[in-house]
Amino acid sequence: MGLIIDILSWILLMIGCFLGISGAIGIFRFKEFYSRVHAASVTDTLFVFFIMAGLILQSGFTLVSVKLIFAVGLLWLTSPLASHALVRSAYETGLKPKLSITRKESAKRGQS
Amino acid sequence: MSNITLLIDVVLLTMLVLTTVAIVRIQSLFAVIMLTGVFSLLAANIFVVLDAVDVAFTEAAVGAGISTVLMLATIAITGHEKKKRRKNSWIAPLIVVAITGAVLIYGTLDMPAFTDPSAPVHQHVAPRYINDSPTEVGIPNMVTSVLASYRGYDTMGEVIVVFAALIGVLSLLGIREKKSEPQYITPAPRPILQVMSKFMIPFIILFAMYVQFHGDFGPGGGFQAGVIFAVAIILYTLTFSQQDAMRLIPPWVLKRLAAIGVLIYGGTGVVSMLKGGNFLNYNVLADDPIHGQHYGILIIEFGVGLTVACVMMLIFFAFISRGDKNP
Repeated sequence: MGLIIDILSWILLMIGCFLGISGAIGIFRFKEFYSRVHAASVTDTLFVFFIMAGLILQSGFTLVSVKLIFAVGLLWLTSPLASHALVRSAYETGLKPKLSITRKESAKRGQS
Repeated sequence: MSNITLLIDVVLLTMLVLTTVAIVRIQSLFAVIMLTGVFSLLAANIFVVLDAVDVAFTEAAVGAGISTVLMLATIAITGHEKKKRRKNSWIAPLIVVAITGAVLIYGTLDMPAFTDPSAPVHQHVAPRYINDSPTEVGIPNMVTSVLASYRGYDTMGEVIVVFAALIGVLSLLGIREKKSEPQYITPAPRPILQVMSKFMIPFIILFAMYVQFHGDFGPGGGFQAGVIFAVAIILYTLTFSQQDAMRLIPPWVLKRLAAIGVLIYGGTGVVSMLKGGNFLNYNVLADDPIHGQHYGILIIEFGVGLTVACVMMLIFFAFISRGDKNP
């Protein structure tokens, strides 16, 4: 039983670390601001869950797990909000995303 | 030291050094401010590894939280780029830095080993505080008992320094009250940010109250609580408008409250003198010395929290009311 919990928490922590590292690589490799923010915010919000789940499995049925669940909830609320604030302020001050075709062109072609 | 602790220490300190190098070399001030926030967060992690949780809490709240916000408000006034300097020769500063660094490292060779229990710093007052704090002061958190009771004078000095910073900012910058309607245009509503802020602000304020009064039992105390409370109001200001925030808590109220906080602290000392003890001797505040200590610590921490919260809010209002140089 202890072994299963250990293996499971290892897997969750590894997935979390992989997501974190891939998000960090995405920040450097993407060429455009909005893609970079997308990489950072999506992976940032998700890998918190995996790492905390791995830690919750490790700490069992104690008060620490409840605090970790609260921490995950708080980060799920605030991390997308912060990314939204960032992207919104960039859009409002004039930085527009580089699209491959403009919106008018896309509407003409019948796509949404 | 076990291997994993050593690994964590090395990784954190290396990241600290890299962040510092980046802060020195980068030209864009916006990025530099973000990096100082990262620096403070790494320092807070190092403090946690060193088992100093109160200090880590204060460092994270002040350094990574409000300091970043205030510096961002500053570059909204001053500008985003570093001033270009003439290229001077780099040999003379390098020699000075190398000599100073070598002398400092030579000086540290004589110091006792890290965490050596027989070091002189652990021999004089520290054993007395650790041995006598449970019987003399009686609160579980020894950091608060040292900060608020044994070293009450120093904490009073800290609060007065914070208040003096407020006086400096207000006399140099002042808070410019913006025009009200009809010349003032209400900014466009930002639904996602405003709704989520309205959801989070009561919990942030509740957490500030918890940190304030829980400082006796766990990490916390007046400074962290004041900063967290100010951050809640700053969040409100950022997502709504400065008009709304200044209508919610008018600056004249905050100025009075900041002074009242310092007055509460000094007043506790004067009350102790009037009751027969020395200045800031809490033993005489109640019939029983332990209860007196508890009352004294509670009251002065409240004074500290009040002053710090009001000072942070007023400094933020003063900075952002100056307008935008780079909109």
